[in-house]
Amino acid sequence: MNLFRRLNNSFDHGVFPHHHKEQTEQLAIQRLPFGKRFVMPLGQHVGAPAKPIVQAGDAVRRGQMIAEPGGFVSVALHSPVTGRVTGVGSERYADGTFQEAIVIEADQYDTQQMEVHPIDWEALSIEEFISEVQRAGIVGLGGAAFPCHVKYAIPDGNRIRSLLINGAECEPYLTNDHRQMMEQTEELLYGAEIVRQKLGAEEIVIGVEKNKPGAIRALQDAIKPGQPVRVMPLEVKYPQGAEKMLIKSVFDVEVPAGKLPRDVEVAVNNVGTIIAIAEYFQTGKPLIERVVTVSGPGVSYPANLIVPLGTPIREVLEFAGGLTSETRQVVLGGPMMGDSIADLDAPMLKGSSGVLALTEKETGRPQEYSCIRCGRCVEACPYFLNPARFARLAKSRMYEAMAESYNVMDCVECGCCTYSCPSGIPIVQHIRTAKDHLRSMKGKVQ
Amino acid sequence: MTQKDPKLLIQPGPQLRQQMTTPVVMRDVWYALTPATLAGIWFFGLGALLVLLTCIAGAVLTEWYFAPEEKRGYYIGDGSAILTGWLLGLTLPPALPLWMAFIGGVVAVGIGKTIWGGMGANIFNPALVGRAFLLATFPIAMTTWTAPGDFFTLSSSLFALPLMQSTVDTVTQASPLGLMKFEQIDTPFVDLLFGNTSGSLGETSGLLLILGGIYLWWRRDLDWRIPVGILGTAIIFSSILFLVDADKYPGPIFTTFAGGMLLGAIFMATDPVTSPLTKKGTWIFAVGIGILVVLIRVFGGFPEGIMYAILLMNAATPLIDSYTQPRVFGRELDSK
Repeated sequence: MNLFRRLNNSFDHGVFPHHHKEQTEQLAIQRLPFGKRFVMPLGQHVGAPAKPIVQAGDAVRRGQMIAEPGGFVSVALHSPVTGRVTGVGSERYADGTFQEAIVIEADQYDTQQMEVHPIDWEALSIEEFISEVQRAGIVGLGGAAFPCHVKYAIPDGNRIRSLLINGAECEPYLTNDHRQMMEQTEELLYGAEIVRQKLGAEEIVIGVEKNKPGAIRALQDAIKPGQPVRVMPLEVKYPQGAEKMLIKSVFDVEVPAGKLPRDVEVAVNNVGTIIAIAEYFQTGKPLIERVVTVSGPGVSYPANLIVPLGTPIREVLEFAGGLTSETRQVVLGGPMMGDSIADLDAPMLKGSSGVLALTEKETGRPQEYSCIRCGRCVEACPYFLNPARFARLAKSRMYEAMAESYNVMDCVECGCCTYSCPSGIPIVQHIRTAKDHLRSMKGKVQ
Repeated sequence: MTQKDPKLLIQPGPQLRQQMTTPVVMRDVWYALTPATLAGIWFFGLGALLVLLTCIAGAVLTEWYFAPEEKRGYYIGDGSAILTGWLLGLTLPPALPLWMAFIGGVVAVGIGKTIWGGMGANIFNPALVGRAFLLATFPIAMTTWTAPGDFFTLSSSLFALPLMQSTVDTVTQASPLGLMKFEQIDTPFVDLLFGNTSGSLGETSGLLLILGGIYLWWRRDLDWRIPVGILGTAIIFSSILFLVDADKYPGPIFTTFAGGMLLGAIFMATDPVTSPLTKKGTWIFAVGIGILVVLIRVFGGFPEGIMYAILLMNAATPLIDSYTQPRVFGRELDSK
């Protein structure tokens, strides 16, 4: 079995949801027209919220910094449009809560052009490079929104041998990475080369699932002889794009539990992230927009769009023809790890890789039955955990046993177990509850 | 969106689910059992159908009786009680008095499943608990095998009253296993394959049971390791014995096709609730059953061993599970 997986460039276990990418994979990336009102939540990335440096009434240019990093694990925010700050305060967030945000009204008469200010990256030291990436507001665009520069701060004694670029895009429906690999191939390779040189890595590996032959071909055609870049086609399987699974598939190395990719001399970046870095150093444009897939059976005209950050989700859906009456759920991100949206007026964020409108057919859930110990979740878990056990222990609130005997904290909540459960048990939700409980208990003891 | 937004559902991820549900799994097993069941009814007559329906009635009524009132539809709706009664019925002699069959159904669900906490919480296969109870309680009736006979003739023993001696009027015939064990008489392979021999009403047709197993495997409802492990082990073990003394011990083909071997290996041991979760554990479980079946059949006091073999390994399942947890990704890398 292991040999088979090696030949197939993959990891063990996982699930095979239908990828549903046919709706958008052939559609070129379009630009969403600028709207009127933009909302930039300060805490849309992992880590400390950004600190506003503008006030209501200030005029801002497109790309101008409006909030500075609130710490090392934090990034800056920039205005997605030229316009005026109308306020800094509590605004609607996609999960239904309210969060601190900067609100900007676009200047309707401005052309929204930006001046080009290339940055001489070759002259930068590694520290300066890290600070530039942080100032550019760049986070992981695969969905996690983890500040990108933190990955580049390599402690003494560690080194990075390979830069691994994540083009797996294992989430069903999403094609934003796919289209970017095809349409912005040069930028991708340029950005990868910047990061490779700055980290002192020997090689660049781009992992792409085999259901994107166009992207694989575009990359292979663009790689010049002698460049230390190779493209690795990967088995189509969820969660191929999970960082540690990808490293296993590409290098056949397991990142030890509780360790980071840098502990096996690898740095992993998403395709979109690398292109954002390339654009920043080529033109000076910080992270003020991103490519988003709008898809699912609930939208009339699915599309791959460049969406200015802070645009209401509603405007993105309207551009795609609006929601059909069958729509029952709107998801921000991919359908496996993304979240249901409570409020369509909430803004698009740095981590919003997709807006999906799903109907009863996709979201309908089986009634919850008792666990019949069929073992489908055990055979699905890419971490070789025992989800059936977790569900059972969590129902009895035996959270400590879940951590001590069954390593619940290793779970990355990819959702394979819940996906595969015929009894409709929300296993991941039980695990999340347990992890939250364990974290809060840990806080109390210390 | 000039009109009102559709009502949006908020639920935790993952938003996608595969389509298989537990009631569908149960129904798949029904379909897989149907050919062998029809063959049993064909060979043993309408009496067999009555035994089967009585078992199912006993099982379903028990499930219904013990279920919380507001959840009765849901408990019956998952289809597991019907399956338990059905499987039990297939392991019974075709002319078993109906009141015994009914008690079997009651015990299977009541003691086999409900008292453990219901669906998914039982340690032993409920249908086999029912059968073990009947075998211990009514040893004569449970080992009175009728020969395949006329389709419409109903044996009077079916309608025997509780606790009364019944007279046996049908042609009785020792089962192939009994013939082999006590009289060293071999049964022709063709009869074993198609089911034209005496035995429990659903165990006789090896071919149709295998077909059902293939269907379940194709539907991914069945862990192929269990039947393959059990049959493989039993075949190897019995082949060794056969080579040692061909006169004394039955050969591997007989071992596979006679008695409840296939019914047990394909439909009983594979019950997910009572078999291990892990791959490695599943192999241990299956090999254990394979060895125990041959040991009991050849060296034990009973002609048949599959029931006790499965029940014994059911008991070992929690232990097997806890000793065969796979290595968690990224942990204990040194010992690799």
